[in-house]
Amino acid sequence: MPDDQMLLRVEGVTKSFGAVRACHDVTFDLWPGEVLGIVGESGSGKTTLLNCLAGRLEPDSGTVAYRNRADELSDIFAMSEPERRMLSRTDWGFVHQNPRDGLRLDITAGGNIGERMMMVGARHYGNIRTEAETWMDRVELDLDRIDAAPRTFSGGMQQRLQIARNLVSGPRLVFMDEPTGGLDVSVQARLLDLLRELVRELRVAVVIVTHDLAVARLLSDRLMVMRDGTVVESGLTDQVLDDPQHEYSQLLVSSILQV
Amino acid sequence: MTTSSIMLDVSGLSKSFVLHTQGSARIAVFDNLSLQVHAGECVALDGPSGAGKSTLMRMLYANYRTDTGAVRVHHRGTMVDLATAPPRTVIDVRRRTLGYVSQFLRVIPRVSTLDVVAEPLRALGTAGEEADERARGMLQRLNVPERLWDLAPATFSGGEQQRVNVARGFVAELPVLLLDEPTASLDAINRQCVVDLIGEAKSRGAAIVGIFHDRRVRDDVADRVFDMSETLAAGGAAA
Amino acid sequence: MTARKSKRAGDETGYNFAYLDEQTKRMIRRGILKAVAVPGYQVPFGSREMPLPYGWGTGGIQVTASIIGRDDVLKVIDQGSDDTTNAVSIRAFFARTAGVNTTEETAKASIVQTRHRIPERKLRADQILVYQVPIPEPLRFLEPRETECRKIHAWSEYGVMHVKLYEDIARFGRITTAYAYPVRVDDRYIMDPSPIPKFDNPKMDDCPALQLFGAGREKRLYAIPPYTKVTSLDFEDHPFDIETWDEPCALCGADDSFLDEIILDDKGSRMFVCSDSDFCSARRAEGHTGPMADDPRFADPEPSPREEVSHAG
Repeated sequence: MPDDQMLLRVEGVTKSFGAVRACHDVTFDLWPGEVLGIVGESGSGKTTLLNCLAGRLEPDSGTVAYRNRADELSDIFAMSEPERRMLSRTDWGFVHQNPRDGLRLDITAGGNIGERMMMVGARHYGNIRTEAETWMDRVELDLDRIDAAPRTFSGGMQQRLQIARNLVSGPRLVFMDEPTGGLDVSVQARLLDLLRELVRELRVAVVIVTHDLAVARLLSDRLMVMRDGTVVESGLTDQVLDDPQHEYSQLLVSSILQV
Repeated sequence: MTTSSIMLDVSGLSKSFVLHTQGSARIAVFDNLSLQVHAGECVALDGPSGAGKSTLMRMLYANYRTDTGAVRVHHRGTMVDLATAPPRTVIDVRRRTLGYVSQFLRVIPRVSTLDVVAEPLRALGTAGEEADERARGMLQRLNVPERLWDLAPATFSGGEQQRVNVARGFVAELPVLLLDEPTASLDAINRQCVVDLIGEAKSRGAAIVGIFHDRRVRDDVADRVFDMSETLAAGGAAA
Repeated sequence: MTARKSKRAGDETGYNFAYLDEQTKRMIRRGILKAVAVPGYQVPFGSREMPLPYGWGTGGIQVTASIIGRDDVLKVIDQGSDDTTNAVSIRAFFARTAGVNTTEETAKASIVQTRHRIPERKLRADQILVYQVPIPEPLRFLEPRETECRKIHAWSEYGVMHVKLYEDIARFGRITTAYAYPVRVDDRYIMDPSPIPKFDNPKMDDCPALQLFGAGREKRLYAIPPYTKVTSLDFEDHPFDIETWDEPCALCGADDSFLDEIILDDKGSRMFVCSDSDFCSARRAEGHTGPMADDPRFADPEPSPREEVSHAG
């Protein structure tokens, strides 16, 4: 697919929970290899939006269309559930804030990485093993731990394993929900740097939800600022952070503590 | 000079800041500013502190938004207006056409000095080894000690960081360069080195806009001076 | 050993033929028909309370009760043996409530109900093998959500099954799953064969007999119709294989049957003998001998009852 065609087209996505409007009329396009940050405070609708985009939550109205490898732009909620599930374990990735939600904690690290390969028919143990080792290395996990269960890993290691587990299938689009939340600052920095390198190297498009503006600046090309379920401002990342226009964006930016 | 060699075409540019968090105070910076820069030309921005030199530089880089007017850059054969271009176009312009050397280096944890400098080349598709080789040459030229190349520049002195920044800005030989006080904290030898780099960039046809506090540097490199004291928006900081 | 004589069912026991009421049997038969029509698919059914605890074969008993007729000859084995508590009890149960003939000889049975083994003797097209199943869901320990398991089956998203085998190789260097080894039925559904040793897995493939599976506690039925392809999951570089032993059966000398290790004393002496007791004694009756066949401790006490089907009533 040429780079001048959008990968994801989001139009008017709206989702309410009872009387609570979680996200309202969100529209944007995402291009291949582009990293979109969604920032805003807790409860602003970021995660609801992410779940709608990733096909995990059906919006009340609006469409999410994805350009598949056959170069057809198709509404992900119009496709059948198995088609959508196939997409989400091959073409897409989802990195959860809590690794417990994205890993099988009692399956070895190698098994966690290999699962996606086996899902699409890999039946050669040696090849699966080799690929798992490659990814252990890429996410800077000690190869000695390949046969250890992630239950015994630190938070940062679990998060890196979750990333490897997602990227092994060569996805074109990865959703990330606060991937650095809950980690120590030093661990966070390492993870961020790793993500930045992988994203650039693999040319994978990313939608990343974060409340940490430093994370957003480091990783994303483009930002959307959300408040009360609505996108109040969007644009180039450094433009939004250095010259915020909306009242809320200004508040957000001016609230960062300087070190 | 023909119009085809215009690399940067700024017209009718206005900028003001509205500070919502401070009682919606409105600060006008400049109004209806126009500027053209040709290939091989270096324009120095001049004016008193607060005249909006840095703001203009940031607008030229699309780091700040424009209220009205256009910032058109000669990019891959056409003029692209950064004021209205979608983000991914702006990113492409920055990668291939428009370089920016600021006074301060934005340090990314864990990334080595060599990688910081080679990164713009890699982004253009230069192979890893060649990119590293050119980055080394640039660091050598700017007298950054070799023992520092594998370290992240976070702990470097101001002058060292500045030189890493300059190396990064010049290594990819982009056709339009924005230089915000590139010699601010450099000694005489390194200052001359930067002057030479600017001269070389001009002779290969780069269009340059710069803020040079150092009068000697400015005299050495600038073909003309763009006086910003006259563009100061009427009303100043009034709402 | 013979089955004891039983009264004609319903006469004095007070039970309907084969214990279950006819409506329940019809319900289970409908489930079995569906299970046969969709090989390997787990069909839910309204499992009844049986007069024995879950885990003792309530599923298998209900299946047997639903298909058994007065002319059937029933054999019941537990771990290959006809004379363990579970086998004896279930055999007695049907002898009493259905009044059918029972046997210990595989060849003479029309229905074989089994716990954890498949008889060594090749089954015929006029026989039915009924398995007692504790946990019918092969995905159970990988995916705790029942709704998700159903989807995985429905859409053949079976990659996760190989994760289990991967784990074996990663931890032990080979696939160590030795029983309840998952199989794929008719290239479609992945099925738990009940806790039979993987040694028995090849016997399920292309088997002339109908194979029925009943899980009483989990309320599921499934089936492998006769002559159906059944393959054991594996990796290309770690192909499926079955257990082998370094020595033959100590009593009958068989080198192609599943052997149990038996500890003889507290000094560590041990022997390996056929798990399928009928198979072993039949071989010995034919004159085959193993290295310990002459040991007086294992002399066949009385070969005669093996000769005929025991008639009830």
